[in-house]
Amino acid sequence: MDISRFKPSLVYTIYIAATPERVWQALTSADDSRQYFSGFAVEVTSEAGGTFVLRAPDGSVHIGGKVITYAPPRKLAVTFNVSWPGLVEALGETLVTYEIEQAGDAVRLTMTESHEREIDEDILSGGRAGWPAILSSLKSVLETGKPLVVKMELPVKMLAALKWLGVKVPGM
Amino acid sequence: MSKPEFVYTTYIKTTPDKLWHALTDREFTHRYWMNCTLTSDWKAGSRMTMERDGEVKNECVILESDPPRKLSYSWVSIFDEDMKKEKPSRVTYVIEQRGDMVKLVVTHEGFADGSKTLPSVAIGWPMVLSSLKSILETGQPLILDPSKDA
Repeated sequence: MDISRFKPSLVYTIYIAATPERVWQALTSADDSRQYFSGFAVEVTSEAGGTFVLRAPDGSVHIGGKVITYAPPRKLAVTFNVSWPGLVEALGETLVTYEIEQAGDAVRLTMTESHEREIDEDILSGGRAGWPAILSSLKSVLETGKPLVVKMELPVKMLAALKWLGVKVPGM
Repeated sequence: MSKPEFVYTTYIKTTPDKLWHALTDREFTHRYWMNCTLTSDWKAGSRMTMERDGEVKNECVILESDPPRKLSYSWVSIFDEDMKKEKPSRVTYVIEQRGDMVKLVVTHEGFADGSKTLPSVAIGWPMVLSSLKSILETGQPLILDPSKDA
């Protein structure tokens, strides 16, 4: 897959007192992700071309994609598409890249959300609100053993914009 | 086009009062702020300095102080000749209790196009705010490579 056409629209950097290997494990294991990703399980094939799934607590596939780069413990890139009917048709594909670098005694984790099309700010607002909560909780899990359970408000702007684009948003 | 600004949100398991203390207590700031010490009486109109190794790096003036909810100050980086000539930018902290944790949003804005200060602080803030979260949740700051931060 040619990912050169994807443009970054959201970057979040966080420093974590952990090893690169431990951060990699947290990003790729279902047991860890259930803790910091609101009960969602990451399932990722350990090679480029494989599948990426973020499975909801009810067993359904919430986000599906393909593995673009699988380079432990430095870089993971996956397409990351919410599985609502009509979403990929409306927005094009989303790419999420995690980069892990040693920084002193800690690790710098950089998450970049990229899109193959120009994306409206209302739609990006969902990720702008969500990623800081998820990655703050990931840091807490690795440093204290306990996740943060952040109660998020519904991303109403994003949902309204998606509905307007013809995406079948559950419950709307 | 996005505005020339830096916005960072983080969630910390602490209270608004403890977070306010962490942002404003001279000795405490020195423990996690990449060897910087912040000194002020934190009243609107007062001077605030950020110094490292006895040298003032950033000159600030408190614009708004509403403990423990909101803090805002102007910012001029005086360690660099070009940055020193830029108009003062503005940092705002908004602190919001969320259950047993706190949501902190830091906005650093008011930069001219082509500002040299903005890319510098955009590298520095995630280090400072990650270290702040660590010290409040674990008692230990992060030990990062201090040579590269702003």
